[in-house]
Amino acid sequence: MAVTIDNTPDTIAPAASGWRKIAVRSIAWLQAGPMTLVFALFFLLPLVLVVIVSIWDYNEYEMIPAFSFRGYTDTFEGCVANLPELCTILKTYLKTLKLCLLTWGLTLMIGFWVAYFLAFHVRSKTWQIVLSLLCTIPFWTSNVIRMIAWIPLLGRNGLVNQGLVGAGFINKPVEWLLFSEFSVVLALVHLFTFFMVVPIFNSMIRIDKRLIEAAYDAGASGWQTLVNIIIPLAKPGIVIGSIFVITIVMGDFVTIGVMGGQQIASAGKIIEARLSALQFPAAAANAVILLGITIVIISALTRIVDVRKEL
Amino acid sequence: MGDKRPRSFYILALFFTAYVLFLYGPMIAIYILSFQGPDGGLTFPMNGVSLTWFGKVFSGGGIVDIGAAFKRSLALGLVVMVITVVLSVAAGMAFRKPFRGASFVFYTAIASLIMPSIITSLGIALEFRLIDDFINKHAADYGLGWLAEGHTTAMGLFTSGLGAHLTWTLPFGLLIMFAIFNRFDGRLEEAARDLGATPWQTFRHVVLPIILPSVVGIGLFGFTLSWDELARSSQAIGSVNTLPLELQGLTTTVTKPDIYALGTLTSAVSFIVIFAALSVILVLQARQRRQGSDAGKGLV
Repeated sequence: MAVTIDNTPDTIAPAASGWRKIAVRSIAWLQAGPMTLVFALFFLLPLVLVVIVSIWDYNEYEMIPAFSFRGYTDTFEGCVANLPELCTILKTYLKTLKLCLLTWGLTLMIGFWVAYFLAFHVRSKTWQIVLSLLCTIPFWTSNVIRMIAWIPLLGRNGLVNQGLVGAGFINKPVEWLLFSEFSVVLALVHLFTFFMVVPIFNSMIRIDKRLIEAAYDAGASGWQTLVNIIIPLAKPGIVIGSIFVITIVMGDFVTIGVMGGQQIASAGKIIEARLSALQFPAAAANAVILLGITIVIISALTRIVDVRKEL
Repeated sequence: MGDKRPRSFYILALFFTAYVLFLYGPMIAIYILSFQGPDGGLTFPMNGVSLTWFGKVFSGGGIVDIGAAFKRSLALGLVVMVITVVLSVAAGMAFRKPFRGASFVFYTAIASLIMPSIITSLGIALEFRLIDDFINKHAADYGLGWLAEGHTTAMGLFTSGLGAHLTWTLPFGLLIMFAIFNRFDGRLEEAARDLGATPWQTFRHVVLPIILPSVVGIGLFGFTLSWDELARSSQAIGSVNTLPLELQGLTTTVTKPDIYALGTLTSAVSFIVIFAALSVILVLQARQRRQGSDAGKGLV
C-alpha cells in the first residue's frame, strides 16, 4: 500500500486529507479483498470456465481445447429431426419447469401465511423470535436426512399407507407416495419453504402498522387490507423468496434424485450425468443453457418489482 | 394482550402449527425409528427398542468408513466456520462506507447465493480439472517437473471442497453483517474516536462486543451449512466424501435402519451446535443488558 501512496503526486500537497482518503479506500479494499478473492477463485473464474469449455470439443475420455458446438448439438440431438415429437432435452426441461412451478406455488402459499402469522398475529417480540427460530432450526440440519425422513411415512408399508388402509379408504397400499413426482414436490416444499418465509416476513415486519389501522378506520375489510396494502408492500419479499425457490429447484438434482428414486430426469441431473461420464464440454453446455433460462426467469421476476429500489 | 383475537388468528395459528408439524414430524419419526429393535425394519411399527443400529454405525457395519467421513466433515465445517466469520466481519466493516467496487462485490455475493449449486460445483470441478491437465502436460516445460511427478489431482477437501462451501456460506455471512450494521449506532465509534481510541481499539473494545452475538450467529450458519452441504460439494470434493455425500450414497443401497441411526447422529451434532450457539448468544445478550451502558439509546 505504501508504494501506491508514494507514487501518487497529489497526496503531497494536501497531505492530511489526501493521505486519509487513500488510507480509507485501501482499508476498505483490505477488508473486502479476501472475500472478493474467494468469490473470484471459486465462483467467477469457474463460471467463466464453464462458458469457455461449453464450446470445446471432446471425446470419450477427455476434453479437447478446440472450438466446437458439439456440446450443444449433442444436447439438442433429435430436436428438429423428430418433430413434432419432443426431444429428451425439451421433455426434461418441461418436467423441471413443472416441478418448479408446483413447488413455487406451494411454497409461496405456505410461506406467505406463515410469515403473515408471525408478522401480524404474534404480538410479543419474544414469541416472534421463538417461533421464527422454530422455523429456522430445520434449515440448519441436513437436507438428506430430511429427505430420508419421508421414507417411513410414505413407503409402501409406511404410516400414511397404513393409516389409509386402516381407515378403509384404499384396499391395498398405493405406490405413488414415494419415489414419484409427488414425493419430490413434497420434499422440495418441505425443504425450501424457509426461503420464502424469511424474505416475506422481512418485508411484512417493515410495514407500518398504522397503515393497517388507517385502512381499518377507513372501512376496509380484512380482505381489502390484504389485497390493497399488505400484498403490494410485501411484494419485494415475495419476489426475493420466489427467486430463491425457483433457482434452487431449477438446478436441483439431489432432492429429485433421492425422492424420485433416481428415476426422474431434471435439468440438474443431466449435468450430473454428463459429468459422471466425464463429458465436461457437454456438461458445461447444459450448465450454460440452465443458466440462461434461470437468468431469463429472474429478470422477468425483477421486472415485476425493482428489487434494488425496494431494498 | 387485552383486546380479543380475531377469528383469523385462530385459523392461522392452526395453519402455523400444522406447518411446524410438517417440518418436524418426519424428522422425529426417523429419530424414533433409529432405536428400532434388531429385527425391526425401515418403517413403523417399532419391533422392540434397542441401540443395535447405533452399534452398527460405530462398528462400521461394513457399509462405509463413517468415522473417517465424520471427522472430515467436522474438520471442514470448523475451517469453513472460522473463515466465514473472519471474512464476513471484515467485508461487513468495509461496506459501512461506500468504496469503489462495492456493488460489484455485493452482486457477486448475491449471484453466488442464488446460482444453481450444480453449476458452481461443475465450474469448480472444471477449474481443478484444467489445473491438473496443465500440471501433467506442461509443468515440465517450465522447469516445474517435480510438481507433475506423482501428481494426481489438486482437488481435495481443503482446496476445491473448501472453496465450494465458501461460495455458499460467505453470502449468508455478508447478509447477516448488513443486517447488523443497519441498526448499528455509529455515534458509539465517534465517541470512542473522540476519546482517543485507535481504529483497532475502537473495533476491539466498542464494535466487536456489540456485534458479538450476531457474529456467533454467522459462525452457526458457517458450520451448519458446511456440515450439511451436499449439492456444491458433489462434483468438487475429489476422491474423499463428506458425511452428507456418504449419506446420500446410502439412500440407494441401505435397507436397514442403520441409515436412520446415522441420520440421528448427524442431526445430534447439528442440534448440539445450534443450541450451544444459541446459548452463547443468549448469555452474551444478557451480559450486554447487565453491563452495557445506556450510551446510544438517546435521552429517553
